[in-house]
Amino acid sequence: MAAPFDLKNDGVVVIIGSGAGGGTLGNELAQKGIDVVILEAGARHEYQDFINDEWDSFAQLAWTDKRTTSGDWRVAKDFPNLPAWIVKAVGGSTTHWAGASLRFQEHEFKTLSTYGKLEGANLLDWPMTLAELEPYYAKAEDRLGVTLTNNIPGLPGNNNFKVMKAGADKLGYKECHTGRMAINSEPRDDRNACQQTGFCFQGCKWGAKWSTLYSEIPKGEATGHLEVRPNAMAININHDASGKVTGVVYADKDGRLREQKARIVAVAGNSIESPRLLLNSASSQFPDGLANSSGQVGKNYMRHTTGSVYGIFDKPVHMYRGTTMAGIIRDEARNDPSRGFVGGYELETLSLGLPFMAAFLNPGGWGRSFTTALDHYDHMAGMWIVGEDMPREENRITLHADIKDEHGMPVADVHFDDHSNDTAMRNHAYKQGSALYEAVGATRTLPTPPYPSTHNLGTNRMSEKAADGVVNKHGQAHDIKNLFVSDGSQFTTGGAENPTLTIVSLAIRQAEYIAGQMSAKSI
Amino acid sequence: MVTIYESKPVHETTPGLSRRELLKRGGVGALLVISGSAVISPEHAWGLETSALKPETMATLIQMARDIYPHDQVPDKYYAIAVKAHDEQAGKDPAHKDLIERGVADLDLKSGKDGYTGLGWEEQRVAVLRGIQDTPFFQAVRGGLVVGLYNQKQVWPIFGYEGESYSKGGYMARGFDDIEWL
Ligand SMILES: Cc1cc2nc3c(=O)[nH]c(=O)nc-3n(C[C@H](O)[C@H](O)[C@H](O)COP(=O)(O)OP(=O)(O)OC[C@H]3O[C@@H](n4cnc5c(N)ncnc54)[C@H](O)[C@@H]3O)c2cc1C
Ligand code: SF4
Repeated sequence: MAAPFDLKNDGVVVIIGSGAGGGTLGNELAQKGIDVVILEAGARHEYQDFINDEWDSFAQLAWTDKRTTSGDWRVAKDFPNLPAWIVKAVGGSTTHWAGASLRFQEHEFKTLSTYGKLEGANLLDWPMTLAELEPYYAKAEDRLGVTLTNNIPGLPGNNNFKVMKAGADKLGYKECHTGRMAINSEPRDDRNACQQTGFCFQGCKWGAKWSTLYSEIPKGEATGHLEVRPNAMAININHDASGKVTGVVYADKDGRLREQKARIVAVAGNSIESPRLLLNSASSQFPDGLANSSGQVGKNYMRHTTGSVYGIFDKPVHMYRGTTMAGIIRDEARNDPSRGFVGGYELETLSLGLPFMAAFLNPGGWGRSFTTALDHYDHMAGMWIVGEDMPREENRITLHADIKDEHGMPVADVHFDDHSNDTAMRNHAYKQGSALYEAVGATRTLPTPPYPSTHNLGTNRMSEKAADGVVNKHGQAHDIKNLFVSDGSQFTTGGAENPTLTIVSLAIRQAEYIAGQMSAKSI
Repeated sequence: MVTIYESKPVHETTPGLSRRELLKRGGVGALLVISGSAVISPEHAWGLETSALKPETMATLIQMARDIYPHDQVPDKYYAIAVKAHDEQAGKDPAHKDLIERGVADLDLKSGKDGYTGLGWEEQRVAVLRGIQDTPFFQAVRGGLVVGLYNQKQVWPIFGYEGESYSKGGYMARGFDDIEWL
């Protein structure tokens, strides 16, 4: 049973956010017998309640509280108040996510050493190596039930994958398969097998896809050590004169402010909200915000170098049938500067339904060039580009000077400018993607601009030295021993891979560290 | 209230209807007719009643919607449904009513003596739209269409999109991998 903890209980670990990072950490700690309260801003919708309809699902799950944008990215013009497509609900963005679960490559933990100093990029090596994370990757893959690991068969290829595979073969790509997916190809861990419904982005109504909502959280609750408090929006983290954090002020479902006392606080609100909360928790002792002696809180915002390529064929494809992202080409993920950029990118199958395709294919576009593309919706195949983007200090989350949310908390402004390396990589990927589809007979290809960010990273980054970042290699704030960051905002750099497997691995590792520190009474 | 209603072809229900304005669409020969406070499609047996906007304005919006997102296989009715929200909003918000009425008046002015719908070719109308594409009026109409038009479940089959699939058991046994031409 879920354990309701008293607001004054100062022995609990308070986690802010119940997504990939927070939901995993909460269960891990609960399994170790540690009492945990997860404060989650969103409501709880069980998977049976998910909706096979893009806009209705978006209204049910997405984070639509106001945000603002600036910078040269197109999202700022097309979706000025929607910089990111992420979730506000129990389970966080693991309700919406597609399930692609990849490990980082070795060099991606050492970007400064590998790529060298790059003008306009704030590169830094992670304070950790691939070898250190490998055991946790293995645990995470088992936990998520990632296909093509742990003897789990791959998912069957859908139409969209078959087009990708045929093109990959023509182009001579060697590593193309149906992906390492946290989606059951056969029943496992009390989850169904995938029924090829094609609404992975809308929450899996079969529960075939891993999500903290129904995978981690109920297990944690069953221990009696985990309470998830939905509709609880954290606004401020309090601290005492010694500089230790002591509790979290949050607005409950009626908008009333409450304080949950805490022994330890872990922030896992995703890379826009986590720095927003730390910045908003500024005090006379920490005038620039909590954990911000380096000045790096909110900076180095990364969103992956993304984009999509759609190909139109003279015969039907029906790309929307079946698993949205079960298809990948990994050949371009290597670091090979001879291509004109450092780092690499993955190509993954992608499909949007007609309503989202209309909204995202060429936002603001109109006329026959636009509509004749949609006319062939059922003859389209699609892929998504996801590549490593450069951390830049200027790309950052700040508190808006004037605009506040319903609780009086300043909204987050998200500033982003592409680095020239990002642009070069994207253009290379557009060319490869188009060539791939043309090789199988596409009559038209559509290089499609990045959508609002689904991967948000880097805004409380890990660093060896306190001057270079916000947290150490355990996600523990350099400045405050009992304050942790447990989501993708810890990433020092972004890698070419979809981030969630790494977020989960870090959370499993962090739980071990926290438990160790607690029993040693050092926090 | 704006209602889209199915009606008998107009000549059967309203004999002697005074066609006070005929809106010709270039080349196609379909007609939208204004009758009282309604835009009526005699050929396709539907009508749209307006309450805040002039019916002529609504008819122009329907044409404009088609010119912005032209899909020749999509009947006017769905464009009418897509723009009717402007009538509802105009009823609640005088500023919106003003935006739309003035926008349409301006569009007519820029289109010459027979107004926007008097331009026979899509290309001619699109040229006028290009001239106003950065105005709040155009952006309001275009922006509303993205959801208003493409989120109508009735239009999805026209594009070959099958929508909800959970209740049918997904595509496991319904062709998720049925591609044959590769
Ligand atoms: C459509 C889509 C597809 C994706 N596909 C993939 C994929 O295939 N593979 C992959 O690796 N990743 C994918 N992702 C990304 C993945 O979902 C995220 O990387 C991951 O969920 C991030 O985990 P997180 O813990 O940082 O944040 P989230 O999972 O977003 O969780 C953060 C939670 O914190 C809550 N919160 C925020 N602020 C507060 C506050 N102040 N108080 C209380 N609660 C708060 C939010 O409501 C949210 O529930 C996808 C994302 C989307 C949207
Ligand atoms: S395709 Fe599979 S994983 Fe995706 S929503 Fe359907 S059943 Fe779930």
